[in-house]
Parts: sequence; C-alpha cells; structure tokens
Amino acid sequence: MSEAITTPAGEPPAALEPVSAHRTERFEQRLKARYAQERRFKALGLAAISFSVLVLILLLGNMLLNGIGGFQRAELSVEVDFVQSGLQAPTSGATAAETMRSLDEQGLRSVVYRAAQQSLGAAGADQLNSEAWREIAATIHTNPAILTRKELLSLPASADLSAGYSGEGTREMQELASELVARDLLRKSLDIGFLERSDATDPQLAGIWGALKGSVLTMLVTFLLAFPIGIMAALYLEEYAPKNRWTDFLEVSINNLAAVPSIIFGLLGLFFLMTAFPTLRSTPIIAGVTLALMTMPVIVISGRNAIKAVPPSIRDGALAVGASPVQVVFHHVLPLALPGMLTGTIIGMARALGETAPLILIGLRAFVATPPEGFTSAATVLPVQIFLWSDEIDRGFVERTSAAIIVLLIVLLLMNGLAIYLRNKFEKSW
Amino acid sequence: MTVTHPNLEALEPKMNAEGVSVYYGDKQAIKDVSIGIPAKYVTAFIGPSGCGKSTFLRALNRMNDTIPTARVEGQIELDGENIYSTGMDVVQLRARVGMVFQKPNPFPKSIYDNIAYGPRIHGIFEQKSDLDEIVENSLKRAGLWDEVKDRLSDPGTALSGGQQQRLCIARAIAVDPEVILMDEPCSALDPIATAKIEELIAELSGRYAIVIVTHSMQQAARVSDRTAFFHLGEIVEYGRTSDIFTKPIEQRTKDYITGRYG
Repeated sequence: MSEAITTPAGEPPAALEPVSAHRTERFEQRLKARYAQERRFKALGLAAISFSVLVLILLLGNMLLNGIGGFQRAELSVEVDFVQSGLQAPTSGATAAETMRSLDEQGLRSVVYRAAQQSLGAAGADQLNSEAWREIAATIHTNPAILTRKELLSLPASADLSAGYSGEGTREMQELASELVARDLLRKSLDIGFLERSDATDPQLAGIWGALKGSVLTMLVTFLLAFPIGIMAALYLEEYAPKNRWTDFLEVSINNLAAVPSIIFGLLGLFFLMTAFPTLRSTPIIAGVTLALMTMPVIVISGRNAIKAVPPSIRDGALAVGASPVQVVFHHVLPLALPGMLTGTIIGMARALGETAPLILIGLRAFVATPPEGFTSAATVLPVQIFLWSDEIDRGFVERTSAAIIVLLIVLLLMNGLAIYLRNKFEKSW
Repeated sequence: MTVTHPNLEALEPKMNAEGVSVYYGDKQAIKDVSIGIPAKYVTAFIGPSGCGKSTFLRALNRMNDTIPTARVEGQIELDGENIYSTGMDVVQLRARVGMVFQKPNPFPKSIYDNIAYGPRIHGIFEQKSDLDEIVENSLKRAGLWDEVKDRLSDPGTALSGGQQQRLCIARAIAVDPEVILMDEPCSALDPIATAKIEELIAELSGRYAIVIVTHSMQQAARVSDRTAFFHLGEIVEYGRTSDIFTKPIEQRTKDYITGRYG
C-alpha cells in the first residue's frame, strides 16, 4: 500500500511497525480474485440450472403438444333410431359380454350401418369404424333406456378417415373428411375412452388402461418385495452384522448389483424365474419380482446411508435408559432414517416404472387386448406399451404414443408426490 | 499405582471396580484401575484430555459394548454383583445405572415422550396417570417442570441447550436408576446453565450415587464429595475432594490442580 512507513537511515520498516499482512496491496488483489471466483461459480451454477430447466420445458412442451392429439379421436355423428330398429333390451342381470352377444345376434351391426348410411351417405358409412357397434352395445348395457328413443351418437371413424382428417392418407379420404367436416358430421373430440380401453390394432380403438393396470400391479409386487426386504437388509447390515471380510464382500456385491444393467436382470428372470414358473410368462407377478431384484440394491444402499446419518448420540441416549438393541432400532433409528429410506425407494421405484428392456425379455412384449385381471394374468406395462406403439407404422399410433408417455409421466409424478407427502409426514411426526 | 488418602472414611459402596483394564483393539486405554463408588454421594473424575476418565465411566454401565473393538478386563461390581458376568443383563444394568452425555441428546420427540420413553419400555407404571406422575416428578426433580409444564407436547429439541441437558437428566431419573453417570454434562453449556446443573447435582446426590467426569476443577471442587485424578489411564490419586484440592500427595496431582498441564 502507498502508506508504507518511511524510515530514516534506510532501516527496515518492518522492524519499527510491521504492516499487517491483511492490508497489503497483494492481499487486496487476492481478495478481489476470490470474489471474482465466487461470482463465476454462481454464474456457472445458474447456467447449469437454467439449461436443465430449459431442456425439461422443451421435453414436456413437445410431449404435451404431440400428446394432446393422442387424447382425441375423429368421431362421426350418427343418428340411430332405436325404436324403429326393433332391438330388444337384454334381460336385467346380463353381463356386458352377454348383452353384446345378444345385440349382435339381433343384427345391431346392420342397424348401425343403415343408420350411418342415412346420416353420412354410403361413402361415409363405409368409413365408420368396424368396431363402432361394440361401443353402442356397451352404452345400451349401461343405459337400456336409449332403446326407446332416437339418439345422436358420436362413433369412432376408421383409421383411414382419421388420417385423412389429419391431412394425411389418400386423397379420397382427405376429400371425404373435408366434406363430412363441412356438414358438421366429423369432428375431433376428447377421447376419455383412451384411459378405459386397452391395446388394439386400430389406433382409433387403442387405449392405455390395460398397460396402466399392468404397471400398477407390477409396481405393487415390486414395492411389496423390494421395500421390506431392502429395509430389513439395510438395518441388519448397519445395526447387527459384524464388520468383517464377509460383510465387506457383501457390501461390494450390493453396490455392484445396483450398477448392473437392467437387461441382465431380465435375463436372470428369463433363465431362472421363467424356467421355474413357465405358466407365469408375461404376468405382473413375474415382472414385479424381476424389477424387485433390480430395485432392492438401490433401496439397501440408500437405506444404509439414511441409517448412518442418524446421530450416534440418539442411539447412546436410548441405550442409556435401558432400551434393547431392537428397541433402539425400531423406536429411534428407523423413524429417523425412514424419510431418507423413502427417498431412495422412490428413486428405485421410478426407475422400475420406466424400465422396458428386462420386461421385454420376460414376455411382456405380447399384444394384450384385455386389462389383466390379477397378478397372474397376461399383462403389459406402460413403457413397453409405449415401445410397442412407437414401432407401429400407422400414423394414429404416433399421437397415441405421446399420450401414453404423458400418462406414464403423470403416474410418475403422482408416485413421487406420494413419496414426498409421506416423507414430510414422517419428518413432522417428531 | 493409586494413592488413596489415608484418612478416607469408609462409605457404603454402590459400585466397586477391581483391576479394571479397557482396551480399544491393541491400545490399552485404562490400566488396572480400582475404585469404590459410594452410594448417595458425588464422585468426580478429573484429569487431562485423553486420560481415560470417560472410557472408565462408560465401562461402568457397559456403554463400551457398542464399540466392537473395546474389551474390558477386571471386575466391576454393582451391589456386589459383577456387571460383566454372564448372569448380568445389560438392559437391566443400564436401567439401574443411567447416563447423561456431554452433548445434550434429547430424542426428536415431545418433552413428555422423552421422559416417558424409559418408563414405557420398562413397563414400570400401571396406568396413564402413573406415567403422568412419573413425568411430572422427574421434571420437577430436574428443576425443569416450571419452565415446560405448559408445553409438554413441544419437541424436546426446541429447548435451549441447558434445558435440553436437564431434560436428559430428567429422562435418566424417570427410570429410577441407582447410579447416574455424567460425562462432562456442562461442557456444552453457558455459565448460568452450568450453575443450574450443578445445583441439580447437589440436590440429586442424597438420592443417587452420582459419578461426574469433568474438565473443570472448580466444578469438581464445587459439586463432588470424592475426587479421583486420572492420568494416562490410571487413577493417580483418590480421596475426599477437599483433601485432593488442598493437600494432594502425588506430584502429578499437584501439577495438574495448579494448572501446570491439562
């Protein structure tokens, strides 16, 4: 600094009055450099966050824009005069399938076709979806009263007409579509049925419910197996297991297991589970067991970290009032570690929910047109359904794929939300 | 070799250690320590850091069991029964020999549940009203009742440091122990909170055998009846507190209490 002490006879100034090391020019420069470093670090962090948020927004925005079409379908307005048709209401107490068979035998298909010819003209009636009568049968089953009146029904169009409506497909279809739209007989409407139906070869009739139910059942099996076993393993390893070479080996094995590519677990399921239980091919239970094997190491590792984070002073305090080791674990360690364990579990479960490769290996690739009735009936899961649809040539499936991705993301968000809710609840209960 | 003051009167013993050595792996932390802990008096362990006084304290209720490498040799008796014998249940032992730690460690539960935890796991009450009474009496004896009686459901961790430490003492009292071990209970507290704890120790001493490890010689002089000076894993000198501080026999004791090292 400029205010250096001047001394007579060239004596070293430090000897008289030492200048503080923290007030020199060099120190101030270093100080400036330190602040600059901090600013740079902050800016980098901000840039990283902005980039991730931008990517996320792009991804979600793109999915939403594409997926909105997937939640809609092209529907034709057809007026059906049920009184004139002479269709008989099914006897009360008949199942949906029985009603459908009875109406089919009474000629519901031709009734619908004739009504479509009257409403839409011959060319339009040909483009009514061939399975449209099933939806009418289902409506009659839930509400037989409509057989006593004239009804204006919205019925699915064929895949070809739907493509024409979207400006694709053949020219004839595009022209027919624009003509029907002009007469207000063809429109895109919200397709709630997408969430209620299952897979179909016709994108107009495909739905997500089967895969959604399959995913829920699979996740249930995964959670019920992986969570208790993982938590118990973590507790035993942290609280009871002696620290020796054998447990070191175990720890390394579990860490390695968590890093094993998921398809290896699929092979494991294929070779061992499928050989032992060949009848369970492509069922939620076998998928759940395979995914549980994959999820367990993640839960064990996060569970052990959560247990390690419980302060030893709490254990000492409990032991000192005479708690037995089991009481220390279940009264103190577990409640304090549970929020951390739940976080780890949810990470593992989210990974399992989005897993495709191992499930394809154990047969969930199959085309399953009915939702699974239980843990042991054939099923598919959301990510596999997405994979299957993305492989389809039909243009209608592109939008359905995006819609299915949105459903998967919503399920994921709900699952995470539940975990965060539970975590906060356990943290507050102190 | 331990020097015991010659004019030390015999008191009714509560605990008795004979030739106790404690090892952490290969390292010997306590060397052949023998000492009697009188009932209903306060015994202080003083000595420089790392002299083994806390280790010895933790040997008295087998808290060293939680350290896998720790090994205890010799004999420690509670009412004439060896606490390291196979017949002694460690859970029962710790219910009889309670402990208060250096850092206040209330459970992350309500004040009420902190005190009620011990009685609950030992089942030493018949009805809810009995438990309420135990909680109230313990808090009263720990001098905390008036400060917390209106907020028993608040978390124990929300109290101040000194209050937390008194809560921990109340928690130890609630299981009705015979001996209370205190491992530097005031080292994390300010002087006012320290004074309160010291008052409390004086009040409790008529009822329990209290063993206190402390770094502060003034504190040992103020609260204890007997003092043992630890150095390098041994008890150098043991006697009445007034004798240890006014006429120490050993040179090492003299040096320590006059502040030559510590």
